[in-house]
Amino acid sequence: MTAQRTLRAAGLVVLLAVVAVFPLVFTNPTATLFAIDTLIFVIVASAWNMFSGFSGYLSLGHAVFYGTGAYFMAVAANDWHMNGSAAFELLPLAGLVAALIAVPVGLIALRVRRHTFVVITIAFFFIAQLAASNLSVTGGSSGLILPSPPFASATFNNPFYYLAAVLAVLTVALAWLVRRSRYGLQLRAIRDDEDRAAGLGVRTMPVKLSALVLSAFITGMAGALWVYFIGTAYPMFVFDPLFDLAVVLMAFFGGLGTIAGPVLGALVLEPAQQWLTLQTTGYESEILFGALFLVIILFLPRGVLPTAAEYLTKGRAVLARRRERPPGQSPSELAESRGGSSRS
Amino acid sequence: MTAELATRGITKSFGGVQALAECTLTAPSGQITGLIGPNGSGKTTLFNIITGYERPDAGQVFLGSQEITKAAPRRVFALGVGRTFQLTRIFPRLTVLENMLVPSGHLRGGPAGSPGQRNSAGGGRGHRERAMELLAFTGIDGLSGALAGTLSYGQRKLLELSYVLVADPAVVLLDEPAGGVNPSLVNHLADRISELNKAGRTFLIVEHNMDFVMGLCHQVTVLDYGTVIASGPPDLIRNDPRVLDAYLGSALLDAQAADEPAVDD
Repeated sequence: MTAQRTLRAAGLVVLLAVVAVFPLVFTNPTATLFAIDTLIFVIVASAWNMFSGFSGYLSLGHAVFYGTGAYFMAVAANDWHMNGSAAFELLPLAGLVAALIAVPVGLIALRVRRHTFVVITIAFFFIAQLAASNLSVTGGSSGLILPSPPFASATFNNPFYYLAAVLAVLTVALAWLVRRSRYGLQLRAIRDDEDRAAGLGVRTMPVKLSALVLSAFITGMAGALWVYFIGTAYPMFVFDPLFDLAVVLMAFFGGLGTIAGPVLGALVLEPAQQWLTLQTTGYESEILFGALFLVIILFLPRGVLPTAAEYLTKGRAVLARRRERPPGQSPSELAESRGGSSRS
Repeated sequence: MTAELATRGITKSFGGVQALAECTLTAPSGQITGLIGPNGSGKTTLFNIITGYERPDAGQVFLGSQEITKAAPRRVFALGVGRTFQLTRIFPRLTVLENMLVPSGHLRGGPAGSPGQRNSAGGGRGHRERAMELLAFTGIDGLSGALAGTLSYGQRKLLELSYVLVADPAVVLLDEPAGGVNPSLVNHLADRISELNKAGRTFLIVEHNMDFVMGLCHQVTVLDYGTVIASGPPDLIRNDPRVLDAYLGSALLDAQAADEPAVDD
């Protein structure tokens, strides 16, 4: 047990070290661009999982919060003439605006469950996209252009990279804290049987709503960081249905409701998606990702990590059994011992 | 921590079906009351109304002198009425110990000498220790790390009873605790209930296993078509003609009819 813990801690340190030195080793802007995108998806997939993975309320509308954060950033940076590292100070504010939007969204959507909830989150997504294409504050369909950050061109990506990395680490740490808290336990109890949890004294609505608001806050900050990095805000890209699908796929791929699952999903799938998009004319990657989604839902519905952990435990049990078995046992005894342990 | 539970004139219909009609019963403080009746006589509906999962069309529910008729399940639980379900409702993807930490153990202050319950994040020491004590009491402490979804049916019943006890309820409602459970576990369960009752808890138990009911309960109340048709000590109820009729009447008549030779031919 302790050896496993040490191994885990060592792995974590190595991962953090890799994240820290990555832009120093790979100075190519395309590499850091991929890395920033990936880190942003680590943030969003973990934040999504903190609400949807823990509570079982699958949201297909997190782009609403991502886009709200992004548009707030675009408007505020322009109107308040904030640029460079000063603009980064707008990130928590962008998160706050997204969190504020999450309150009415949650109060309405969280009254229903399962597929009805999913459909309502999709409806909110389309409302947000339509609003962004038609309101004057968002620049309508012609979009908004953000002030260009005054960073040196050789290391232009680095501030964005490190900010995304810090946010990603904080988000994953927060997810870990939530999962092991009583609050996280209540969320997972809601996932298993909400009415029963309510009957045992859990205040289900405040618990669900606060998880959604927290998730929206982080997602909004990620959206703001992303839009400032790419420099333009168009409704089609800021409110992108594929964004929601990608986030959900990442969490499902790694393992819904786990801490490492969404991180793994983002680390594997986002670079793969970027690479495929470069190699092809574009839409092939989406077809492939759709196929991947099917494969995962059909064969690994609980995700890569929980399934792998299960196989590991089984493998260890088999090894332990082999070691325990004394040499020269008769076949009948073998069969017996095998039957006995498989039942336990 | 003892309390009397009473209903007065509870009436409830679902569409055209009258589930309960003027149902008035009492589970006296510190006693084990059995609630029996044929299938569809309204026992589970009454449980749902008492615990706030359903609203009655008319009538009242009292806990001691306090009316709790329209209280939500969470509030009823907080006031000290715990219940189990006929089809157990545990949290399958939480471990057994985690299941025990879901109920708010501090709602009624808990028993004397159980400190640190209020700030028990994910189960502070007090909360966690008490959970393990209760699991040891029901005899499934060896399974505390297992996912609750992997438990057998009988073990689930024990788990559900255990986590209901976390909040130290004064009144415990059990919906068919012995149904589908193997005989040795049924005896174990009866012993535990008896022990909890000796500590002062009031029980109201729906059960079809007559040996279980007659052996354990101080009082038995019989429901038929949503109305109380008899109430009293087990020995009296066993021989009450109205009860025999409600339970066996039609079956007896059918049996007699089948025995009689056909005379028409």
